[in-house]
Amino acid sequence: MVNENAHLASAILAPDTLEQSATRDGFGMGVVAAGDADPRVVVLCADLAESTRSHWFREKFPERYVEVGVAEQNLAALAAGMAAAGKIPFIASYAAFSPGRNWEQIRTTVCLNEMPVKVMGMHAGVSVGPDGATHQALEDIAIMRVLPRMTVIAPCDALEARKAVEAAAKTDGPVYIRFHRAKTPVFTTRATPFAIGKAYLVWESDNPEVAVFACGPLVYEAVRAAAELAHEGIDTVVVNNHTVKPMDEPLVIEVARRAGAVVTVEEHQVSGGMGGAVAEVLMHNAPVPLVTVGVHDQFGQSGTPEELMRHYGMDVASIKEAIRAALARKEG
Amino acid sequence: MAYLTEKKRIELEKKANEMRIALVDILEDAGSGHTAGPLGMADIFTALYFHVLEHDPANPLWEDRDRLILSNGHIVPIRYVAMAFAGYFPREELRTLRKFGSRLQGHPERTRLPALETTSGPLGEGMSQAAGIAYAARMDSKKFRTYVVLSDAEHQAGNTWEGAMFAGANKLSNLTAIIDRNNIQINGMTEDVMPLEPLREKYEAFNWHVMDVDGHNMDAFVSAVEEAKAIYERPTAIIAHTIPGKGVKEIEFDYTWHGKPPSKEEEERFLRALRTLGGKIEASHHE
Repeated sequence: MVNENAHLASAILAPDTLEQSATRDGFGMGVVAAGDADPRVVVLCADLAESTRSHWFREKFPERYVEVGVAEQNLAALAAGMAAAGKIPFIASYAAFSPGRNWEQIRTTVCLNEMPVKVMGMHAGVSVGPDGATHQALEDIAIMRVLPRMTVIAPCDALEARKAVEAAAKTDGPVYIRFHRAKTPVFTTRATPFAIGKAYLVWESDNPEVAVFACGPLVYEAVRAAAELAHEGIDTVVVNNHTVKPMDEPLVIEVARRAGAVVTVEEHQVSGGMGGAVAEVLMHNAPVPLVTVGVHDQFGQSGTPEELMRHYGMDVASIKEAIRAALARKEG
Repeated sequence: MAYLTEKKRIELEKKANEMRIALVDILEDAGSGHTAGPLGMADIFTALYFHVLEHDPANPLWEDRDRLILSNGHIVPIRYVAMAFAGYFPREELRTLRKFGSRLQGHPERTRLPALETTSGPLGEGMSQAAGIAYAARMDSKKFRTYVVLSDAEHQAGNTWEGAMFAGANKLSNLTAIIDRNNIQINGMTEDVMPLEPLREKYEAFNWHVMDVDGHNMDAFVSAVEEAKAIYERPTAIIAHTIPGKGVKEIEFDYTWHGKPPSKEEEERFLRALRTLGGKIEASHHE
């Protein structure tokens, strides 16, 4: 059943009635709110103002918006300089380019240099759609979470994305947040708790047989899979594991131990991503059968988001199949 | 017009030589590191720390200090020496260079020594960081100036030009780049490895004001820095022509000295050369 304490949308199980919004819209709204709250907030963008939704900030705070052109290495290092001079810079581009192209600038001038630069990676995952593989970032969580001092967040809907951006502005140190292009259901509410590093249950059962850890908009698909399986007599818990780093280890370990089998769900390469991070936590603390849903060492391609999610095995049917596989391994 | 009095110029030149002596001493002690670049930039770092910069060693993070960004982090030993001489930390601490637990890391780390302003070493990133500082300073109507020291070879890195393009486009006249044009890099002479010339014209095309100076001439360098302050709506690049290994004749212009320290025997020879100004004078009393 839906976890009532998470204060999710009352119509959560009726997808057609939920508001649809892209998580990148959450960035656009969140950074305007952060800019309102703190005059040190600035936004730097590399020629992608509208598609990153940075233009909302540009309209409201033109004097705090910095255009750098198609220059992602400069985007990161320039932001590090502005942070050194007292600003809280948000850098916005497609994740394939930032942090894709400027990883070493982020490593040296942001993380090693301990600067509060907030890296906002848009167009993550294959759900970017027709633009194809070059623009579909599937490696960003892996390359960000390996950096010391970096916080990594993958919000589940536009509202949570907004909360994550506002929280990032108030956090010392570097933060990476990944966002998606496609509209997805907004199933959290203003009352849904969000804190960096605090995972929470979206779906729960008295005696769960499998624990599902999901991040990004796929949390919603995981809830749909859980609801359908409940009708078939398979009880699960679904955790919104939005903060990949620092991960909520106590909760992850407790839930994994309780269920005895785990499925991870993310729109990212399964190696190095959120699932890999969960595996790293569990291998030391609760080694249980674990099945990963995500992209398996492949690049994306053009198509509609729905076609691609199905093709790469990240739709509801694939999640259900993974849950059954985890259960079979546990019982086998 | 000379910006330096005769007395001040001689004082700076003498200090630069003392700093070279300290540098050779600590490099031999460290057992690894870079020799040619730091020796070549000793005059400029002396001028910066003892004449140009508005700074306060007793209050290193004073809000209105001039910012000095070292982009080519590998020459940081000369900056450490200048900082020790200026009173940022005791001179004895120079002995910890590159040693475990030291604030004086092999390449500069701001988190260990905040007065370094940035962390650097991977080439090509200082221009952007300096431009970011200068841009933020202008947003806040701050009067301090931002200086960035770059190597010549890091102009082979695209990031340097991304930063230079931004600075030119945004008319960051509060930013001065000081380019160590010593013509050497690890694999040989810059013009053989990947030619940089015409460097001056490249900067001019990016909307910078450019000056070429003798990087060992205190008057010329200080004049160029002063001229930069008077340039309106353009950042300034000072292309400082320097001699790698300057002060130790036997290694000058030898690119193989880019990335190694002197041995004990070499240290003795180098120190003798520096203390006698290349044999022109009697060795000073402290030999």
